[in-house]
Amino acid sequence: MEKREKGKLIIDHTEYTTSLSQRFLARKPYAPPVPGKIQSFIPGTVVEVLVSPGDNVREGDDLVILEAMKMKNRLKSHMEGRVVSVNVTPGDRVAKGVVLVEIS
Amino acid sequence: MALEKKIKELKEKREKMLLGGGEEAIVKQKAMGKNTARERIMSILDAGTFHEYDMFVEHDARDFGMDKKNLPSDGVVIGTGSVHGNPVAVFAQDFTVAGGSLGLMHSRKITKIMDHALKMRIPLIGINDSGGARIQEGVNSLAGYGEIFFRNTISSGVIPQISVILGPCAGGAVYSPALTDFVFVVDNISKMFITGPEVIKTVLGEEISMEDLGGARVHCETTGNAHFFSSSEEECFGQIKRLISFIPRNNQVRADVTEIRPPDAGYDIDKIVPGDPTLPYDVREVIRAVADGSDFFEIQEMYARNMVIGFGRMGGRTVGFVANQPLEMAGVLDVDSSDKAARFIRYCDAFNIPLITFVDLPGYLPGVDQEHAGVIRHGAKVLYAYSEATVPKLTVIIRKAYGGGYIAMSSRHLRADFVFAWPTAEIAVMGPEGAANIIFRKEITSAANPDEVRRQKVEEYREKFANPYVAASRGYVDAVIEPSETRRLLLHGLEVSEKKEVQMPWKKHGIPPF
Repeated sequence: MEKREKGKLIIDHTEYTTSLSQRFLARKPYAPPVPGKIQSFIPGTVVEVLVSPGDNVREGDDLVILEAMKMKNRLKSHMEGRVVSVNVTPGDRVAKGVVLVEIS
Repeated sequence: MALEKKIKELKEKREKMLLGGGEEAIVKQKAMGKNTARERIMSILDAGTFHEYDMFVEHDARDFGMDKKNLPSDGVVIGTGSVHGNPVAVFAQDFTVAGGSLGLMHSRKITKIMDHALKMRIPLIGINDSGGARIQEGVNSLAGYGEIFFRNTISSGVIPQISVILGPCAGGAVYSPALTDFVFVVDNISKMFITGPEVIKTVLGEEISMEDLGGARVHCETTGNAHFFSSSEEECFGQIKRLISFIPRNNQVRADVTEIRPPDAGYDIDKIVPGDPTLPYDVREVIRAVADGSDFFEIQEMYARNMVIGFGRMGGRTVGFVANQPLEMAGVLDVDSSDKAARFIRYCDAFNIPLITFVDLPGYLPGVDQEHAGVIRHGAKVLYAYSEATVPKLTVIIRKAYGGGYIAMSSRHLRADFVFAWPTAEIAVMGPEGAANIIFRKEITSAANPDEVRRQKVEEYREKFANPYVAASRGYVDAVIEPSETRRLLLHGLEVSEKKEVQMPWKKHGIPPF
């Protein structure tokens, strides 16, 4: 094993001197989901945006069509509210977890 | 004379086949640091033992101009030979012939040698170097893969199956190695992925090099798909031969017994482990201090380093070592280390290899990512694997054995045959700091001098519970031993359990938390 940097790991109030793995160091801090932020659940291409800022939407309304893996996925609103912002335009390629539409 | 002429004709036919895809393709192969299929086989097998079959097999595809294409040996070499005098079956895809692409006859050759291996109960070594399915042969090519996967599965746990990735192995093809016991990869030569960088780029817009996506290092460090990393094909062949020296040829026999060698005098087992349970040390030093000749053959050295697994010998017989590694992540159990240990335990159990477990862990790794990655079901694999294993199970508790980690690491409760503890062992629900903070929370928070009281209570708990004697008083530990007695007791334990027999209830198969 190559020389690795020593770090500290705390488990049950006890501090251990040890090397920390890349996976541990790269972990993302947890962020609770925010209602109203409609995110891409899969990376893909935005084919069509069906709402504009100011529109009123109801639960189940289609917001965006996201093409991924040859499927045209309809992203629906899961709440009633007003569209605050639309962050994508047709043709945009988005990664997973990008906020596409915000609803208040 | 007619006979002479016929023999000459055979020789010429052979010569032609032995050239594979021809001089030009061989030059290309060499330029990539790669050997030819037959060279690879001969580098692994004992000199002069390789016997090739199906050299003259031809495809009979008709579509897309295939009827005009002549593919020597249909792009794969199969045969039998021996390694260290033990018979093995082998196949090697020949990248110089149509990129080693897999068509119907190519796959029939592979399944033929797989059937041989299973029937003769000898190990199978598969060398993968192929661009993938031979698209011109359509669904016949897919059928070929399916037939291979089926045989990999049926042979699993009966004969050792070794996969060597010496070139591309992409798409569905990767599932054959994934179903086998050990996967060998070589830096800059091996490439394994389900979908390549091109597809990822067009579909998802993510750019990544082939090496970063599915190179040897990635599979050894990140994915855990590979078990042995090397820098050249020669080094890889050496590793394969060494592995074969440790394992039995099938699940009904034991591995070859070697001469008993004492550990090197350089390993002073009394001086390896710090008394303070929060300080690290390399647990492999402990393994080397007890193993014959201090020889330890580590598996998945670069993956989930907080768990160490590998083969060694004790009293001339192969054993499997499993050990928490305090050097990395304090030796915690987590998703990856649980997977790594559980699979190895099941391998050893399937092939009659006794298990020796060294315990020193603070418990499971806390964190949202671990919980959401399913540490419950992954951690359960370790419990399952140890519980179902009926080979001799010997456990040495070096220092910390806290909580669920204590139970999981081959404890008496999962039917370890012998559990030894060093005087430095702390077998308890958790470490003194954590326990005192919970048990004496009221006293601590209500005291005028909480820090002082906390210190007292931690010491009190440490004194009373952070030792091996509470567990020993219940018989959960068979003996508290000096570190220097470890090898003697392990050798004795192995000798006593040589003919161990356990009756398990009848079942078709269990349902492990895959």
